[in-house]
Amino acid sequence: MKNYLKPFVFLLLLWPIYIISYQIIFNELGPEPVDRIINHFGEWTLIFIILTLSISPLRKLTNSTEWIKFRRMFGLFTFFYASIHMLSYVGLDYRFDFEPLINDVFKKKFIFIGFSAWLLLTLLALTSSDKMIRLLKHNWKKIHRLVYIIAIFGALHFIWLSKTIFFKPLIYSIIILILLSFRIKFRKKA
Amino acid sequence: MIKFKHSEITPEKIYNKRRSFVKSMGYSLGALTLNSIPLINANASNLNEATSYEDITTYNNYYEFGTGKGDPHRRAKNFTTRPWSVKIEGLVEKPLELPVEEVLAIKSEERILKLRCVEGWSMVIPWLGFSLSELLNKVQIKPAAKFVEFETIYNPEEMVGQRYPVLNWPYIEGLRIDEAMHPLTTVVTGLYGKSLPNQNGAPLRIFIPWKYGFKSAKAIVKIRLTKNMPNTAWKNASPREYGFYSNVNPEVDHPRWSQATERVIGESILAPRIKTLMFNGYGDEVAHLYNGMDLKKNY
Repeated sequence: MKNYLKPFVFLLLLWPIYIISYQIIFNELGPEPVDRIINHFGEWTLIFIILTLSISPLRKLTNSTEWIKFRRMFGLFTFFYASIHMLSYVGLDYRFDFEPLINDVFKKKFIFIGFSAWLLLTLLALTSSDKMIRLLKHNWKKIHRLVYIIAIFGALHFIWLSKTIFFKPLIYSIIILILLSFRIKFRKKA
Repeated sequence: MIKFKHSEITPEKIYNKRRSFVKSMGYSLGALTLNSIPLINANASNLNEATSYEDITTYNNYYEFGTGKGDPHRRAKNFTTRPWSVKIEGLVEKPLELPVEEVLAIKSEERILKLRCVEGWSMVIPWLGFSLSELLNKVQIKPAAKFVEFETIYNPEEMVGQRYPVLNWPYIEGLRIDEAMHPLTTVVTGLYGKSLPNQNGAPLRIFIPWKYGFKSAKAIVKIRLTKNMPNTAWKNASPREYGFYSNVNPEVDHPRWSQATERVIGESILAPRIKTLMFNGYGDEVAHLYNGMDLKKNY
């Protein structure tokens, strides 16, 4: 049973891919398909950041260490969806036309912060293997605390790209702030 | 570019069929051709091709009914548009309160005009309507009047978006008098030969094709002639991002969206962005209104 749990969760976490595939096949992407795809993966990236950040609080709340097994998978899925999100923007929307893209990165703060978050995520993904954990020792923990900054960047990215903070950007930001506030409390206790 | 006869538009059904055909082609070829498709097109797409009725009526920015593009279509179904009247007041000799039936009785014509949203997408819409000047000529504008202000109805019971402080309700938009009197400034009464759907601004809206879509206020109850520049809704919400003029201008970037290009609604995933044209392509008709003005400052 236990051997099947991880693959099962893995398949479950591909959910965003199933949805978008269905919508592509059945022509349900709506009037602005490119925008739909970019936003779909952007939102799922935020959801996966939230899932990843939920592991530690869940562990404390349920007094179970079972959750921790899935943290790396959640983290890597966050990176995976963030990468599709960015690639669909670069490739589908801008056709790898790098001049306006580079212009965007430096001129538009929401792109700048989003791209920065993706770079940081790449760093975390590259240092996620067992080997890297051993190699980096206690530095590993420090590096991987960058996920808090990534989460804040992600929330700001959503707020800044939206015409108004109501309601989705606001909701995601509140959830992320609540999850981050758990960290502050725990450290005070320790 | 301004007007076409109805017969020149592709019929809805054929248009949609063609679209899904192109789309299905697109998906199967997608992976192969992604790199070989030319970069951003040099010219605007063929403006004869009207966006489908379905897209026009299901993809709307109408924050009174919610901030999602699909919200207006879902939530405006039971919006009350009768009885309805429009007041024309302010600096006029003969203020008027017109029942909407009287306004709709004014002869409408088909006007196929392009809508460019500040978010970077566009549609081509076969509106029904007439020039706003026809209405304004009824009230004898006083010489002191310099601006026209449009006010959308305030009805938070039916317009659920108005229950939240997304914008300062009611929605206010405005134009300079000469802009308002321009024949292209249209009072919209319908689209695709039918009466105006609620989600598109029923019973009456304004449409200004050379300005970003948010300038074109919906569900109008008041038209006020004023001396001072109206405090328009989006300028009020974020003056750095939205100016009073808000003319379509590919050279002035919005802080968050590039205005150099746009995505055509209803096109396949693989359709490239097209270049945005100055004044949304209506420069020949309206550029003279802004002679001598710095459009980078007066954005």
